[in-house]
Amino acid sequence: MPEFLKRGLHSHEGKLLLVVLALIVFLSVATPSFFTLQNLVDLLTSYAFSGMLAAGLLVVLISGGIDISFTASASVAQYVAMTVANAYHIGWLGVIGICGGVGIACGLLNALLIGTLGLSSIIVTIATLNVFFGLLMFATHGNEIFSLPDWFVNGASWVVYTDKNETPYAFNLQMLGLISAFVLTAIILTRTNIGRQIYALGSNKDAAQRVGIKVFRINLLVYGYMGFVAGMASLIQAQDAQSVSPNALVGRELDVLAAVVLGGASLTGGVGTVSGTILGVMLLACLENGLLLLGVPSYWSQCFTGAVILIAVSALAIERQRHRAAARRVMA
Amino acid sequence: MPRRSHHGEDTHLPNFIEMSGISKHFGGVTALADVDLTIAAGEVHCLAGENGSGKSTLIKIISGVQPPDAGGEIVIDGTRQTHLTPSESTRLGIQVIYQDLALFPDLTVAENIGFAQHLSGLHGARWAKLRETAQAVIARLGVQLDPAARLGDLSIAQRQLVAICRALAADARLVIMDEPTASLTRTEVDTLLGITRELKRRGIAVVFVSHRLDEVLEIAERVTVLRDGRKLGTWDAQEMTPARLGTLMTGHEFDYKIAVPDLAAAPVVLSVSNLSRTGDFEDVSLEIRAGEILGLIGLLGSGRTELALSLFGMRPAESGEIRLNGKPVLLRSNRAAIDEGIAYVSEDRLSLGLVLEQPIASNIILSTLDRLTGAGGLLSRERTGASVGHWIEQLGIKVSDPENAVRTLSGGNQQRVVIAKWLATNPRVLILDSPTVGVDINAKDGIYAIVKSLAAAGMAVLMISDEIPEVLYHSHRILVMQSGRLKAEYHPMQITESALREAIDA
Repeated sequence: MPEFLKRGLHSHEGKLLLVVLALIVFLSVATPSFFTLQNLVDLLTSYAFSGMLAAGLLVVLISGGIDISFTASASVAQYVAMTVANAYHIGWLGVIGICGGVGIACGLLNALLIGTLGLSSIIVTIATLNVFFGLLMFATHGNEIFSLPDWFVNGASWVVYTDKNETPYAFNLQMLGLISAFVLTAIILTRTNIGRQIYALGSNKDAAQRVGIKVFRINLLVYGYMGFVAGMASLIQAQDAQSVSPNALVGRELDVLAAVVLGGASLTGGVGTVSGTILGVMLLACLENGLLLLGVPSYWSQCFTGAVILIAVSALAIERQRHRAAARRVMA
Repeated sequence: MPRRSHHGEDTHLPNFIEMSGISKHFGGVTALADVDLTIAAGEVHCLAGENGSGKSTLIKIISGVQPPDAGGEIVIDGTRQTHLTPSESTRLGIQVIYQDLALFPDLTVAENIGFAQHLSGLHGARWAKLRETAQAVIARLGVQLDPAARLGDLSIAQRQLVAICRALAADARLVIMDEPTASLTRTEVDTLLGITRELKRRGIAVVFVSHRLDEVLEIAERVTVLRDGRKLGTWDAQEMTPARLGTLMTGHEFDYKIAVPDLAAAPVVLSVSNLSRTGDFEDVSLEIRAGEILGLIGLLGSGRTELALSLFGMRPAESGEIRLNGKPVLLRSNRAAIDEGIAYVSEDRLSLGLVLEQPIASNIILSTLDRLTGAGGLLSRERTGASVGHWIEQLGIKVSDPENAVRTLSGGNQQRVVIAKWLATNPRVLILDSPTVGVDINAKDGIYAIVKSLAAAGMAVLMISDEIPEVLYHSHRILVMQSGRLKAEYHPMQITESALREAIDA
C-alpha cells in the first residue's frame, strides 16, 4: 500500500470515508431508489442548507468557540429579505445583500458580546438564539410568507443532463451555494494567513495572544463569517421551500453541530477540516435519507441517527486517547 | 515592517538592555523594589530566585506585558523606552520562551516557527515561505526537526527547540528562557547548552530564569539573584557555586538534618509488586513501612505522577499487585482507594486540589462529607464545625475566618488546607505529589514539619518530587524513577545532591 494511502486511511477523514462508502453501498443494495441521479439531486438540494451552515460552524469550532444562534440569524435574515423583496424591486443582488448583511450583523453581535464581556460563547449564543428568535416571532406573530416574487420563486438552474425519458437534471442554486460555502471555507482555512490564525487561536489561546494575534478581531471575523454563511444558507433554503416561515429553521442547529463534530472537529478548538465536515454531513444525510427510503418510521430514524452520532463520536474520542498515550510514550 | 536598527548609528554599544530603578507594586504588595539589571549583547545571564522573588514580574516588564512603576528606566540599544508594549518589545528583538512554551500543538513545526511574521493583513498562508524560514533557522541551529511534523506529536525537548527556532526566526537579540531545564533530561540539557553557545556566537544574549541553575551556571557569564522583590547583586558565574546560590536565593542556610529513624521493626503498610500500566510505567515494585517517608524523584514525564494516580485508583494499573497491611487490594477507582485509607495530595493544587472560590471550611470537609452527616442524612453543622476547627488547629492554618474563600490564603496555607482535607479521611498512606510547588521557602519548612510529624505518628508517606533537596533532606529512603521504571534506590545519608542529580539525569 502506498504511503499516502496508508496515512489517508489512518486519519479520521479516511476512516469516515470508509464508513460513508459502506453506508452508500449498503443503501444502494437495500433500496433501488437510493443510488439514482434523482435522489442525488434531491439530497444535494435539501441538505444544502445544513451543509452550508456546517461549513460556517466548522470555522467557529476551530477557533475554539461555538455558535448555537445561527438558525435564528438565518430565520431573521430570510424573513427580512423576503419582506423587503415583496415590497420593493430589489432583485437578486438586493436579497443577497440583505441576507448577508443581517447574518453578519447577528454574528458580529455575538462576537462583540463574547469578546467585550468575556462571556463563554455557548451561553452568549444560546441567549442570542432566543433573543433573535423571540424578536422575530414577536414582530411577525408567527405568520408565514407564502407569496414570494416570481423571479425569486423561479430561481435559476442550469440543466446539465437529460435522460432517455426526457427527465432533466439541473444544477441549481442550492448546489451552487453548498459548493461555494465549502470551497470558500477551505480556502480561508488552509490558504490564508487568517485561517491559520484561526487554527492557532483554537489550538492555544494564550500563546496566540502572546504571539500577537488580535483575538478580538479574529472573533469578529469568525462569527461574522458564520453569520454571513447563515444568511446565504437561509436564502437558498427559502428559494427551495418557496415560502418563508419564521419557525422553520430553529431547532436544526444541533444537527449541524453533530455533523461537524462527526467530521472530526473538536469542541475544544484547533482541530477540524472541510473534508471531514463534508463527510460528516454526507453521513447524516445518507443515513436519514436511506432510513426514509427503507420505510423506517421517523421516530425510529431519529433514534437511530442519534445512536450513530454517539458511536462515531465515542470512536473519535477513543482514537484521540490512543493518540495521546502514544505521544506520552514518545516523551518518556 | 522593516526593523528599525540602532546599531548603524552608534559605534559601540556594549549593553543590549539597561534597566535601573525598576519597581512594581500590585495593590499593597511589592513585587519588585528598585531593581537594576544590565545585559550585554551576546551575554549569557542567569536570573535566579525563589518563587515569588520577582523574577516573573521582571520578565513581564522587559517583555512589555506589564509597565514598571513610575521612576524606573529602561534603555534598549541605547534608546530610552517609556512605553514598552509586547509588540514594541518583540520589534526590538526581545523574545521570551515561557515554561509552557506558548506553541500551537495543532499546527506544523514550520508554522509554529515562522507564524508571527505573517500575521497582519489578509494574504495567502505562504506555506512555501514558512517552510523555507523554518528550514533556514533549523539549519542555523544545527538541530533535527521536521518542518512538516505536527507540533503535538513532538517530545517536550523537541518542542522547546521549536520555541527557540521561533525566537531566532523573529530576529531575536535577547532570548529569555523561563525554567528551560525543568522537564529535560541531562542529554537534552546538554543540547540546550550547545544551542545557547551557538546563540551567543551569533551575538544573541540569553537570560536563563530558574530556581535550579547549576546546569546553566557552567556556560553563563553572570548571575543576578533576586529575593523578595529586591536584587541582592550580580556576580561572575565563575565565582558562584550551586550551594552559595541556594543560600543567596533563600536568605538563610537551611541546615536540614537528615534523620532516619530505624524502621526495620515497623510493619509494611503499602506494598506494590510488578505494577505496570502501558505507556505510563512498568514493573514498579516498592514498599513503605508505617512511619516511613519514601521519596520518589523523577523528571516530568518519568511516570511519577502516573504511578501516584494508579495507587490512588484514578488510572488503575493493568498488571501487578497492591497490598495494604499485607492484604491484596483492588483499586479500580479513587473512591476505593479512599476507602482503603489512601490519600493523594495532587501536584496541581490550584486546579485539582482546591475549590478556590469556596470557603476554607467547605474545602476541608469535602473529602469526608459522608462521615459528617447527622439526623436524616443531612450535613450536621456541629460535626462539620468541629472537624474544621480540629484541622485548622492541628495544621496551624492561619485563617481569620474559615468561611473566607480559599483563594484568599497564601500558597503555604492553601497547601495545608489540601493536606487537612485528606488527613480528615484518616488515611494510612499519604501520597504527596510535589507538595511544595509554589510555596515560599519558609512555608515549605512548615509543610515538611507536618509531614514529619505525621510519619512519626505512624503514617506511611510517599513524597513525589522533582526537587532534589526536597527528597534528599525530608525522606527516609529515595527511589529514582526514569522512563516509567524505578531505576535506583538510595539512602539519603549515602548520597549527595550532585550524585542524586546525576542519577536522575543519566
